[in-house]
Amino acid sequence: MSSREHILAKIKSIPRESKLLPDIPDFHFTENIPSRFIQSIESNKGEVITESGLKAFLETNRFEKIISLVSGMENLSTQLLPSDAHELNELEIAIIQGQFGVAENGAIWLTDENLGLRALPFITEHLVIVMDEKSLVSNMHEAYQRIGAQHSGFGLFIAGPSKTADIEQSLVIGAHGAKSLRVVLK
Amino acid sequence: MSHPAKASEFLQDAAKAKWHDETLWFVRDKRDTISKTIPEWEQLRDLASQIKDNVLANLDQYLIQFEEKAKANGIQVHWARDAEEHNQIVLGILQRHQCKAIVKSKSILTEECHLNPYLEKNGIEVVDTDLGERIVQFLNQPPSHIVLPAIHLKKKDISELFHEKLHTEKGNEDPAYLTHAARLHLREKFLGAKVAITGVNFGVAETGEFVVCTNEGNADMGVHLAVVHIACMGIEKIIPRRKDLGVFLRLLARSATGQPITNYNSHFRSPASGKEIHIVLVDNGRTDQLGREKFKNSLKCIRCGACMNTCPIYRRSGGYSYGSVVPGPIGSILSPGLDVKKYSTLPFASTLCGSCTDVCPVKINIHEQLYEWRQEITKSQGTNAKSISMKIANGIFAVPFAYKVTGSMMRGALKFLPDSITYSGLNTWGKQRDLPETPKETFKDWYKKNRS
Ligand code: SF4
Repeated sequence: MSSREHILAKIKSIPRESKLLPDIPDFHFTENIPSRFIQSIESNKGEVITESGLKAFLETNRFEKIISLVSGMENLSTQLLPSDAHELNELEIAIIQGQFGVAENGAIWLTDENLGLRALPFITEHLVIVMDEKSLVSNMHEAYQRIGAQHSGFGLFIAGPSKTADIEQSLVIGAHGAKSLRVVLK
Repeated sequence: MSHPAKASEFLQDAAKAKWHDETLWFVRDKRDTISKTIPEWEQLRDLASQIKDNVLANLDQYLIQFEEKAKANGIQVHWARDAEEHNQIVLGILQRHQCKAIVKSKSILTEECHLNPYLEKNGIEVVDTDLGERIVQFLNQPPSHIVLPAIHLKKKDISELFHEKLHTEKGNEDPAYLTHAARLHLREKFLGAKVAITGVNFGVAETGEFVVCTNEGNADMGVHLAVVHIACMGIEKIIPRRKDLGVFLRLLARSATGQPITNYNSHFRSPASGKEIHIVLVDNGRTDQLGREKFKNSLKCIRCGACMNTCPIYRRSGGYSYGSVVPGPIGSILSPGLDVKKYSTLPFASTLCGSCTDVCPVKINIHEQLYEWRQEITKSQGTNAKSISMKIANGIFAVPFAYKVTGSMMRGALKFLPDSITYSGLNTWGKQRDLPETPKETFKDWYKKNRS
């Protein structure tokens, strides 16, 4: 008997009471959703900025290696998306389009379609996500309703920059992935 | 393996033990604060528990559904009866790809299967990439906590270690400096690895996708740069529907570290073009546990670690005192299921205060199961001082009338119980403890007198 058959047969042989799957109620809230979202991003150590704030950030730091995949903002790119993610190692800024954000925790939904390469939002030094304020939802239940049956090979909620607290519980931003997250709300 | 003996080792360094206790309590406190910001928190716990009940009742069907969908999406699915088979499957994939070095992100399951030493024996370099895990790996230690692997170490220890391994400045203990050094070191590993291994937080039967949650982004750095992604998943990690993720992702990080969600929550559904995803579905004792009516609830665990952070014994005895991959209250239920002889002291490493049950996001009746294990264990063995007293206690609590009568007897007896029994070498429980002063009257008598 294969291990698959063995495991499945063993489970079947155990007497089990049937248990119904619960419905998930609609828990959405009505408080001011954009301000809750901003608060969440900030508590995750990200930052919400405006489009002109983004321009100022790019100019003062004189970044040289930028990839922007946001339609209407392609001109910010200084280089093209390579075919091999390893070539992104020196990338300073990635600017990508977020599909929607979740107010209760600041999580932003992205899929293959937004990423170009799956490694992009992780390997870049700084990450910028551009999003429509009208796209915000209140909580994770609404988020999955919104995602629905959407099919993507890879989907991802990002809620902040890469961080760790593994050394004496001191929070350090920038473990392996992006050292900062800026969200441009339009 | 004896929990009390190992706990006393941990307590040798009193200052560190105190720090350990306070730090974990701080994390527990953050969990409390954030859970209170969600009005439907208790309802969410009920939902999570009900969903998991349904999973356990239909586990075979969900696994079949998951496999079918995953395969249709181009993921290769493997099944492993036990740790050894799991390790062989992983090695087989690595050999097919002629891979000599892998990067791995935190996975309790691969710890459970002792994958690292197995691969190393077969000539493969394994690099754990979660910062805490990398630190304990450098020290040749297992993680001491399932969410905070290096919580037993102070920055001074880590500074010395990094000086030796990564040539950081001697004496520089700044966590940001040390983390940055690890970042540079690990980035090289990420860029060089052909295969990345991750654990799985949730597998979704409906879609055949699986979800991995991290704060560091290390799982993603690994898999998106590698050609092959191997995901190792215990069969109990399955959930029925995609929308169930809404419930679990709201509970997981809040329970674990008191944050609203982990910063990266990746949903893998099919490999990027030219790449491979393999998933290994592992039993390794889980179906045995499913067959134990009293203990099967422990399979609902989502590995948030909240029961460890709250447990007065865990906080004061450290993760290593449990001698098992999953320590703390939930580990004390899971481990005896794997080897009851080896782990016979673990169910006694609890005050039965019930705090673990109170914080568990999936409402596992942890303290009740610890109590059940005690009964099983005392039934099956018997002769040390603690097990005898437990046997007596079990008898008493089972019959309320007997409890009432013996209450006054016990108050008498406690006073005169010679220290030679309470504090004998046989009874490790007596170490570090004084018996409470006995009340003069029973609560019942007091209540009768004072209730008006
Ligand atoms: S038993 Fe409950 S509290 Fe403990 S780790 Fe598992 S889910 Fe978390």
